[in-house]
Amino acid sequence: MKRLAAGLLIALALAMVAGQFLVPARYDQQFRESTDALPGGDHPLGTDELGRDRAARLLAGARVSLLLAPAASVLAIALAAMLGLSAGWFGGWWDRVVTTLIDLMISVPIFLVLITARAVLPLNVSPISSVMITFLLLGLLGWAGSARVIRGACQTHLNSDYILRALASGSSRTRILLVHLLPNLWPVLRTQFILAVPGFILDEANLSLLGLGVAEPLPSLGSLLKELTHLPSSANWVGLAAPALLLAITVGAFEFLLPPKEGAS
Amino acid sequence: MKFLILLMAGTLLAADPVILKMCLRSEPKTFHPLKADEEASETVRFLTAGTLLKINRKTQLPEPSLAAKWKTADGGKTVKFELREGLQFSDGTPFTAEDVVYTFQQVAAIRSGFTDSLRQGEATPVATVTGKHEVTVRFAELTPGWERLIDGLGMMSAKSPLGEKAVMGAFMVADHKPGQYIALGRNPHYWVRDAQGKALPKVDQIRLDITANRDLEVLRFKRGEVHMINKVEPDIYQALATQMPEAVRNAGVSFESEQLWFNQAGKAPIPAYKLEWFRSPVFRRAVSESIQRADLAKIAMKGLAVPGVGPVSPGNTVWFNQKLTADVYAPTVALEKLKKAGFQKKSDGLYDAGGHRVEFSIVTNAGNKTRERLAAMIQADLGEIGIRVNMVTLDFPSLLERITRGFNYEACLLGFTNVDQDPNGQMNVWLSSGATHAWSPNQAKPETAWEAEIDKLMKAQARTVVLAKRKEMFDRVQAIVHEQAPFLYLVHKNVLTAVHPSVRNSLVTVLFPHVFSNAEQIELQGLGTYRTAR
Repeated sequence: MKRLAAGLLIALALAMVAGQFLVPARYDQQFRESTDALPGGDHPLGTDELGRDRAARLLAGARVSLLLAPAASVLAIALAAMLGLSAGWFGGWWDRVVTTLIDLMISVPIFLVLITARAVLPLNVSPISSVMITFLLLGLLGWAGSARVIRGACQTHLNSDYILRALASGSSRTRILLVHLLPNLWPVLRTQFILAVPGFILDEANLSLLGLGVAEPLPSLGSLLKELTHLPSSANWVGLAAPALLLAITVGAFEFLLPPKEGAS
Repeated sequence: MKFLILLMAGTLLAADPVILKMCLRSEPKTFHPLKADEEASETVRFLTAGTLLKINRKTQLPEPSLAAKWKTADGGKTVKFELREGLQFSDGTPFTAEDVVYTFQQVAAIRSGFTDSLRQGEATPVATVTGKHEVTVRFAELTPGWERLIDGLGMMSAKSPLGEKAVMGAFMVADHKPGQYIALGRNPHYWVRDAQGKALPKVDQIRLDITANRDLEVLRFKRGEVHMINKVEPDIYQALATQMPEAVRNAGVSFESEQLWFNQAGKAPIPAYKLEWFRSPVFRRAVSESIQRADLAKIAMKGLAVPGVGPVSPGNTVWFNQKLTADVYAPTVALEKLKKAGFQKKSDGLYDAGGHRVEFSIVTNAGNKTRERLAAMIQADLGEIGIRVNMVTLDFPSLLERITRGFNYEACLLGFTNVDQDPNGQMNVWLSSGATHAWSPNQAKPETAWEAEIDKLMKAQARTVVLAKRKEMFDRVQAIVHEQAPFLYLVHKNVLTAVHPSVRNSLVTVLFPHVFSNAEQIELQGLGTYRTAR
């Protein structure tokens, strides 16, 4: 299964890199005589309402989202791990500071922060810069929930019998952290990462309401997923459902590919 | 026992009230007829208020209402209204000439957008009783198009204890649950009869549910829980046309347009070289000629619009300048003009004489799929002549902040809602001192010769009574706007509405309100089915 997952991800990565050679048109080329076309010879997944090739847009959107969303997730989980782990490990006043910070981040509407960010950003930003800024902001602002989970898990492990036994047997704190605690927290980090990827992809799509996120003509998986709302009135369910299928396959492949949830003890 | 049987029989035989249901997209700010300034309040005013005359929404011409006839004198400054006799307000208070005088006194006393439009400076029209059923209204200045103002002036009772709640329209406010609904009941004293002499209105009640969510409104319409939608977007219209073809109504070209303009405000925090492009009519015309308007109408508007011509849409049959046509798509010609103006097309794009890459952003409001499609198509069209366009969607408050206060934007794509047939309603847009003179508002004095000419023409037509002369002057305004292209008119949208198959007699019109201008004549059919739709 692992091999299949790896194969799928490699195939996807190749398709994303060589996408422009696999599809008949650029993602922004408008075939205005063939709008909303059904899948066929010229357009394997049909065209969208402006006549743009859906397959080309899917590959371009996947390239944007599947590179930047995991990157943002890595950033968010790294921040979450650093703060959650340190809060759980050191406890005391630092734990209170981090917990307050987490509560603050969760309680402050993230959209307000993003509206402020949009207000200070220049308008003339290229579509790719815009989407990169968005994922960077998502990564920087999206760590709080994961940090709370990681802090809780860290505290649970620190109070568990195996850590107490390790302490009693004279293990150093560094050894306990690196050999016992981190490997056991790995499943938590892994799950948080896997949950964050599709979350960030969808967040990016919603952020277009604030003028952040991907801008025309660049597609993203999120913006393509939003077109699913047209499904009831469209005959091209293949073209509309393809982004959701691709996202499900990718997230599923990550799930199989990453090391298993069972940690060392 | 006999009483009980009669009571039961009465209960069984009593018909359910016939309720016509529609949605308002926001809570009305007021029920006062003189204070209604926004669409929700204007809807309630339209359905409840009685006026001296009415603009026929189909012919777009005035016709008698509470006044059986009228006559102008003094070169158009004075209007003598002859009132109908024996009319009553909704609470039974008689309608008299004193009520008309009282209403005009209230216009003088109340400050609102509507009353401001009836004033000329600080002077308000003065009404005096000149006969038992006759009132003479004297305007301080010539007021061309006064009929459309009187069309919105709901008569108020001077004597009724209910004050402004006593109305002369077909309906009256019967119940109001803030945030939920407004129920308009039948006015028992409404004076108009149908062709067979039967009392109007034909429905017992109009229920206006307050629903900001358009998707929910459409869903309820499909279920028969809402009978009419006054305005639907092209996407929704198309979806409805597939699912309920008998329900969609296209009234034709509206007064509304989608337009693009460049920021020419001197205080705009944008680079000087960009301001120079935007202030150049050659640049603006070249951009205009590089946009395929026919495609915009066909694709972005789903074929439910016509290519944009100018400030007045072809739907405004009285004021449209027939000599104007939409700009023809001619990118080669546009590029030639730009080259003559010092621009240069290189392999990677267009550059100005100073070596700056021609690139600008277009802001529009987020969440409007139609505008996003328009912007994406314009982006592609301008890309053909080497202009790089960055599209930015902003939430509406941020967008308004940028285009009206900070002026921190380069180009904007937005639609202007114009429900007023008369050019005087657009004064704030065309006068260079106007706050909605979008490309460079609030000018102390006109910045260009053509803006000065427009100022002069707009003021002159406002002082002229003869329609033909006014039309001549406003035709020239339209021609100047076409030549100078401060606004690039992209498309004129159609009036798209939805009327449930259970509704009979609904008159769909280009003028507001699009589906219920004859609300008192509307009937519901198939009551067994649709009465239950509450």
